[in-house]
Amino acid sequence: MTAVALNRELVTPEGVDLDIRLADAGERISAFLLDVTIMVAALVGLTVAVIVLARVLPLATGEILNIIWLLGFFLLRNFYFTGFELTSRAATPGKRIVGLRVAMREGSPLTATAIFARNAMRELEIFLPLSFMIVRPGQVDAWIGITGMIWCVVFVFFPLFNRDRLRVGDLVGGTWVVVAPKRILDRDLSTDGASGRVIFSEAALDAYGIKELKILESVLRRRDEATMYAVAARIRTKIKFDQPLPDQEFLSTYYTALRGRLESRLLFGKRRRDKHDKA
Amino acid sequence: MSDVLVLKSQRFRSEREADWKRLESLLELLETGRMSRLSDDDVIALPVLYRATLSSLSVARSISLDHNLVVYLESLATRAYFFVYGSRTTLGERLLAFFLRDWPAAVRRLWRETLVSTGFCMLGAAVAAVLVNRSPDWFFAFVPSALAAGREPSASSAMLKASLFNHDSRGGLAIFASFLFAHNSQIALFAFALGFACCLPTALLMLYNGFSLGAFVMVFASHGLLLDFLGWTLVHGVTELFAVILAGAAGFHIGWSIAFPRHLSRLDAAAAAGRTAATVMAGVVLMLAMAGMLEGFGRQLIQSTAARYGVATVTAIGWGLYFYRPGRGR
Repeated sequence: MTAVALNRELVTPEGVDLDIRLADAGERISAFLLDVTIMVAALVGLTVAVIVLARVLPLATGEILNIIWLLGFFLLRNFYFTGFELTSRAATPGKRIVGLRVAMREGSPLTATAIFARNAMRELEIFLPLSFMIVRPGQVDAWIGITGMIWCVVFVFFPLFNRDRLRVGDLVGGTWVVVAPKRILDRDLSTDGASGRVIFSEAALDAYGIKELKILESVLRRRDEATMYAVAARIRTKIKFDQPLPDQEFLSTYYTALRGRLESRLLFGKRRRDKHDKA
Repeated sequence: MSDVLVLKSQRFRSEREADWKRLESLLELLETGRMSRLSDDDVIALPVLYRATLSSLSVARSISLDHNLVVYLESLATRAYFFVYGSRTTLGERLLAFFLRDWPAAVRRLWRETLVSTGFCMLGAAVAAVLVNRSPDWFFAFVPSALAAGREPSASSAMLKASLFNHDSRGGLAIFASFLFAHNSQIALFAFALGFACCLPTALLMLYNGFSLGAFVMVFASHGLLLDFLGWTLVHGVTELFAVILAGAAGFHIGWSIAFPRHLSRLDAAAAAGRTAATVMAGVVLMLAMAGMLEGFGRQLIQSTAARYGVATVTAIGWGLYFYRPGRGR
């Protein structure tokens, strides 16, 4: 359901739809938390380094530590996100790990101003709510604090209330965040099952459609014994297959045969979606 | 027998796989910033490989039922797409365009908002000045005690004068902290970001900015130190005030475009306004850095009021000409 709702058309100038998917809220949050962890780790690492250095050299530790925190916090707060998103990968380390990148909504090249705008808005979305949370008692009226919090929460949860999962910063920058993971090209499974020792009947090959083939492919790629046993048993019963073959060999042979059958029908324009499809 | 089983999609894959792998390895180099490792041949091959992969993707979608293959090609084509149609200017070109054209143009486009922003600042200053003049207690309502640092209505003239002309720099850290200009740019970024909420918080921030200015002016004026105080402030204040006012203008621009998007959709209006406002803001952070340096070093080194006015005038004329020089818009 959500997977479908987050798919967007991105037609290249060559006329091919790349069918990109927008990052969902969970992916955005994990990327952000990773970034926060990295930033905190950087500051802590720097602090430890200074303390160690101060032990060796006769320096006024307190003052240098102060400067480092001021400078480090300032630089990280304002330039961490912008700096990394300006690189050709258009993603912070957190986004890279999760497999996300920033892109313009209209598909044009990402501009520096867009990146600046989307990250300057973080002041409103992260740092303002934070500063409301760490308000000391007596400094601000409690009611003002609570009202401020409620007002901030609107911005924090903004991405959940629009179709494109836009932060306020995305909205102002004209950007969105898309899923762009690196995929590995796995082996072609049909080469395993091309032994040709078993020939399935036409009825056996008409038992399933493309949806089931996709599931069978994922089962074979995962190579989990128990799952393969269960799936093989189901298929054997369904197509009334009684030759004694090991599960994995049976499944990969059937996979190849089924794929061959469905693909050749595809060439004639008949796309059989699943086993209920009469095409 | 096995010939029968060799699928068309298998053959399709084995014929093209080498190209895909080559594109993948080139992208790997590009994405990790090792662009110099690319040979001339590679650079020429990149768009060709990209188009070949796109066509492979179309074919694979229509003939292959290998899900892993289709997903792989989609991700490869998307990665390559962002490169081939990505930004082509270098950092140097971008910076040059920013300073020569984009920044001044964006600032000029916001002239209405700049006037409004200035108006709020002035209004705040006037209100604070009048109120503090009537009853000095108002001072504490406008200026937090940390910022005042003893420069209150009850302070002596000598003490106030000393705060304007003191030679002892308050230790390395203090200079560094003002050099960091962290506080100011945070306020400026807030003014910008808050504009999103239909201008109101930005207006309040501009008023507040005016309040503390007005309150200080009044305190020093009541001791006959007005000219000296203005000199002391304006050394960096011309740049800093102008930067804060521009940040407010950027905030107003966004808020106004979202509230009244005219012929655009609200979303498009926000994005368009965001672009202009962000360009202004990138420059504002730079202006604040300069103001911070003037504050940290200039104010300590230049001790005569006349010279301070000289610096203030030069910066004012400089910024004015840079942004609003006649004929700039064409």
